[in-house]
Amino acid sequence: MKILFKRCSRIAAPLFLLAANLGVLSAQAQVSPQRLLDSAKEPQNWLMYSGDYAGHRFSTLDQINASNASALVPKWAYQTMAGGKFETTPLVVDGILYATGQDDRAFALDAKSGRPIWQYQRALPADIRPCCGRVNRGLAILGDKVFFGTLDTHVVALDSKTGNVIWDATAFDYRKGYSITLAPLVIKNFVIVGVSGGEYGIRGFIDAYDAATGERKWRFYTVPGPGEPGHETWEGDSWKIGGAPAWITGSYDPATNTTFWTTGNPSPSNRGEGRAGDNLYSNSLLALDPDTGKLKWYFQFTKHDEHDWDATQVPVMIDQGEKHLIAQANRNGYFYVIDRSTGKLVFSNPYAKTTWSNSKDAEGRPISLKEASPTPEGNRVCPGAAGATNWMSPTYDLQTKLFYVTAREQCDIFSTAPQPYEEGHAYYGSAYFPNDDTAPFWGALRAIDPETGKIKWEWKHPSPTWSGVLSTAGGLVFTGDAEGNFIALDAVSGKALWHFQCGASVYSSPMSFAVDGKQYVAVAAGSALFAFALP
Amino acid sequence: MPASNQTKPDRRLHRMQQLIVSRCFVLASLAAFLFCCVDSRLSAQDTNPLANDPKASKLGEFQFRSNCAFCHGLGARGGGRGPDLTRAQKRHGNSDAELFRTINEGVPGTAMPPNGATQQGVGMTETEIWQVIAYIRSVQVKAPAKPLGDAAHGKTLFFGDAACYTCHMVEGKGGRLGPDLTATGSARATDYLVDSVRNPSRRLAQGISEAMKEFSQEYETVKVETADGHKFVGVVLNEDHFTLQMIDLREQIHVFEKDKLSSYEKSRESLMPAYDQKLLSDKDLQDIIAFLLSVGAQ
Repeated sequence: MKILFKRCSRIAAPLFLLAANLGVLSAQAQVSPQRLLDSAKEPQNWLMYSGDYAGHRFSTLDQINASNASALVPKWAYQTMAGGKFETTPLVVDGILYATGQDDRAFALDAKSGRPIWQYQRALPADIRPCCGRVNRGLAILGDKVFFGTLDTHVVALDSKTGNVIWDATAFDYRKGYSITLAPLVIKNFVIVGVSGGEYGIRGFIDAYDAATGERKWRFYTVPGPGEPGHETWEGDSWKIGGAPAWITGSYDPATNTTFWTTGNPSPSNRGEGRAGDNLYSNSLLALDPDTGKLKWYFQFTKHDEHDWDATQVPVMIDQGEKHLIAQANRNGYFYVIDRSTGKLVFSNPYAKTTWSNSKDAEGRPISLKEASPTPEGNRVCPGAAGATNWMSPTYDLQTKLFYVTAREQCDIFSTAPQPYEEGHAYYGSAYFPNDDTAPFWGALRAIDPETGKIKWEWKHPSPTWSGVLSTAGGLVFTGDAEGNFIALDAVSGKALWHFQCGASVYSSPMSFAVDGKQYVAVAAGSALFAFALP
Repeated sequence: MPASNQTKPDRRLHRMQQLIVSRCFVLASLAAFLFCCVDSRLSAQDTNPLANDPKASKLGEFQFRSNCAFCHGLGARGGGRGPDLTRAQKRHGNSDAELFRTINEGVPGTAMPPNGATQQGVGMTETEIWQVIAYIRSVQVKAPAKPLGDAAHGKTLFFGDAACYTCHMVEGKGGRLGPDLTATGSARATDYLVDSVRNPSRRLAQGISEAMKEFSQEYETVKVETADGHKFVGVVLNEDHFTLQMIDLREQIHVFEKDKLSSYEKSRESLMPAYDQKLLSDKDLQDIIAFLLSVGAQ
């Protein structure tokens, strides 16, 4: 007691000073809905998965620029000490970095030194079987909480100062093949998430939870039930196991109070027999009211998909004068520009090798060739099952007005076979095979002019990569490659200005932030999160 | 004051470290516990519980197509990446329990991953693994394949007239320009081996599946000229956008930054000659393959 009292008196004075500063401190700690709306006003912070509601992944910081990028050096690395793909994009708020790791880890770091402030790891059940690695792509933040979706299909709120669990909501029973891997999107006081599980015959959905309590406020099923519009696009009972997961973070247009989400493949992914019809809303862009979850409109990229071409690429909002658009470089190899007030297609144009279509419908959407359907023996189609791109984020550069995307030049042999559905078990309707091509697969970072769909330049990757792209006001584009390089390119010319060998493939999308006036660029590679800055 | 300021965070750090250590310990014990459980279950199950279930092999075929066919080919007849599983002799054990172990735990040091560890596609449940084993049994050739050729003669050719050893090693003997062939006989389908000898440029040495490809070696041919006029010909050991690691015809390793070379030319025309009928008769080729299979089977 005595010792305690002494200590108390010793810290009483600083405590008093602290109290005087409390107003300022708490203002720093609280991320209000308004701050999220005004993210452009605080470029030193990275407040959500794509950096802003528009899905741009563009930083207005320009301290690191085309004239000095060659001097970049690593400032710190944080090791998660976990295996598997490390897909996170960190958030940074007022000098604190928040991110997730493999096996549902989450952590907060001093963004300047990389030193941990707290660490959290979820006690996952032993029988989870997420499709494609024990991955997580990041957090959302509001108030003094960070939010993440888990591999056992919960949505969890952690205290942003301690990592303590504040609430834990069950979204669905993971045993039925559901999981959550995306970074949630916070709109107003709602935490919005979608589910993964297109490999298991789930029925996909997008959920909104009250950020304060974890209470679910709405659910939008991405496969319409009986009596709902679109239900007629499913044969018999196939809708019950129709897939259409929503496993990448959406974007949000405050002007029209509309949130845009994308969906994945219908199940089973490689067999159309038994689910005749367009299979709405698989492989679609959805415009939802964030307050109610009501559908305003949809656009389906690939109808009745048989190639696993999820449309789960971040929907990127682009404004061209009076035109308010959404651009997406789709997994099926086409670049689409869509009017974001009506959902009508403006145009579509291939940005990678495609062999599945040679004509377009009246709306300008590519029509799938019958011959492109998977066969029992296997059928070579480009792009392959991993797609012309995938979940890794593209970026829209507000200065160059170009859309940069990681393209994968890889074809596959698609086969099909009947497969009975068993709850919670893999449900592909067969598989894809490596093709017999003599030339190796490759990849490229492509700069697309979203006004025309034309490719301005490309930077070749020796093999297809899973890295996303960041653009900055410094005239730079940052991306990674499968060989472990993290690369800075001139946003106008596509010339490489700097690179760093991370020691393992980059499976993540980079971001940028600043602390004490110094700009950093961060990316996850291997089991490490790296932060780079000028010396 | 500075001193006490320093001790506080240190103490906190120490506590955090303790916390992390204790958490790690809990995780490690949990992992050990799970491992023991799986292990004991495995040893208890020596034979396939679904062996007499006619539906099991059909269900196993679905699982096989989703999880195994990518490397082992349709019908389990082998692909460029995985061995022909219709062979009666499996390199890593023929019993049901051994097959289960191979599928569930993978084969260390090979491209065969533990169940569910490829980070692409889903893993299989215990029942599904037994279904796959039922399927493999259903396509397995009943009688042991008759010897393909004369392995002893094949060995003589390999290290003699056919001169394979100038570029390939088997069990530590031979050259370094091509892939080590010690495990190739058991890891590749016979058709693939024949094709690789008759037409080496068609596919080169096929890399393992991309999911595991941090570093795949395909033995592409490379010719470079340095800024000071030195020329080297050899094969690519590794490369990325910026650098090249190669071995030349004299088995010297060279590392280069690509933008400092005055010329750099890569080709998928293999340095290995195409062994046609004149260079190597069908019978001699069969003997060499028999030799490679016999090495793999040891």
